[in-house]
Amino acid sequence: MRSLRIFLFGGLLSYRALFNWIRPSIYIPTMLGKPLFQMMFFTYLGRYSAVADDRFFIVGNAVQASAIAGIFGMVMSLANEREFGTLSAVLATPANRVALFFGRAVPVIANGLFISLFVFGAGIVLLGFRMPLATVPALAATVALTIASCAMFGLAFGSVALRVRDLWVGSNLTYVLMLLVCGVNVPLSVLPGWLAAVGRALPLTHGIEAARQLAAGADMADVAGLIGREALIGSVYAAVGYGLLRLFETESRRRASLDRI
Amino acid sequence: MTAGATPVAVAPLRLVVRCWLAHLKYLMSSGFFVAVSSVQPVIFATIAFYLFRAGDRPTSLVYAAIGAGMLNLWSTTLIGSGQALTLLRTAGLLELLVAAPAPFVLVLAPITVATATVGLYAMVATLLWGWLLFDIPLHIEHPLLLVLAVPVTVFGLGMLGTVLASVFVRFRYANALTNLFDYPVWLISGMLVPVDLLPHWARPLSWPLPSTWGVRAVRDSVLGGRPLTAIGICFALGVGYLGLGVLTVRTFELAARRHASLALA
Repeated sequence: MRSLRIFLFGGLLSYRALFNWIRPSIYIPTMLGKPLFQMMFFTYLGRYSAVADDRFFIVGNAVQASAIAGIFGMVMSLANEREFGTLSAVLATPANRVALFFGRAVPVIANGLFISLFVFGAGIVLLGFRMPLATVPALAATVALTIASCAMFGLAFGSVALRVRDLWVGSNLTYVLMLLVCGVNVPLSVLPGWLAAVGRALPLTHGIEAARQLAAGADMADVAGLIGREALIGSVYAAVGYGLLRLFETESRRRASLDRI
Repeated sequence: MTAGATPVAVAPLRLVVRCWLAHLKYLMSSGFFVAVSSVQPVIFATIAFYLFRAGDRPTSLVYAAIGAGMLNLWSTTLIGSGQALTLLRTAGLLELLVAAPAPFVLVLAPITVATATVGLYAMVATLLWGWLLFDIPLHIEHPLLLVLAVPVTVFGLGMLGTVLASVFVRFRYANALTNLFDYPVWLISGMLVPVDLLPHWARPLSWPLPSTWGVRAVRDSVLGGRPLTAIGICFALGVGYLGLGVLTVRTFELAARRHASLALA
């Protein structure tokens, strides 16, 4: 029961305290405005290059937009703990570590889902995007799973914050790199094999492909393989992230370097 | 004039050049700025190259290379504008600079021009990247006009940056606003997508942007065309934004002095 409370309320509290972009003056331009214009930009670029139809770019960018929450949100949830000097207090508690760390992903996932839905909505209103109503629940579930997978990647990435001082460069470049290698705007078939392989090892790639097929009218059974791979990739990153967090926690205790900036 | 004093006409020029150089050095020492400015444009260029090559426009790769380079020219200008006054304020220099006898706009303008100058790297990097990996020819139709077009574009964007910097200072979270303006300006300036492809209502929005004329000037210089008109318009817009910048910076300065809010974030 205590672990469940830490998982839910602890995660929510840490999100409110550590997620710097929660203020509307930052949230609206960064979390809603940027993904919206990103989708518009790439959809028009797609129309000009004639590589694929609007659906390809709208779905790709709407799902990828959640990476803002998944990567930056998780990095802030972990890195700011150290930045604000509260990391040692948190790690000194006997709290269950699974609940402590994974609880932080719950608000991140909810936020990512909201951002994705917003961008999908903008695609419907501004660019005339349409999809079969019957596949909306399956699409929503797929997007939620993809965001969860991305949040686990963010957890693994953010765990490095326990050792590295500045993750902002890496976070920004990872986000931009995903635009290239995760099939968001460039079909994987167009990329060189090694670059496509990098994309397939990252979250989003299979989820976006599944979301595109669902938006085109496929049913859940048709995309089960893609969803399974996305879930597997998310699980691997979750395990890596948790392992790294525990490792860095143990190392930092041993070296008394928790709050060293 | 006393012995050793600087002539009146030279002093502002020297101030502008020194501020530009100092800020250039500062930017080059910023890990974040250098990393983002050096890798991000290459990623966007790669996306554009693959899309253009796979689609119906394999012959437009030079077009894509120039456009991708211009994306970063705008991004760095925007980031520099958003951060210019914040940096001075955080460093505790803002009050000293405003109190100095030199017009403050002569300090601010070189800062935004310096960030646009760093963005030039992206232009070179994307062209080289395209040449090395995508066999894009580096043939320039009007090299002399390109030498004119590039600094005029930097000047135009830098002056727009000065106006933005003086407006952004009114917002506590100017950095968040800079996040918002990347993609829209990329789109309506015709950097990678021709303006004609946009809805009719959006096209006039591109006219007052130096980036629209800058990218046109650079493209016409490289691919062949008549870049002089675009260069002239870009320069005229730069001069216009300089005039506007003088007014907006003065307004900001007076308001900040009146409310004693110069050092407040």
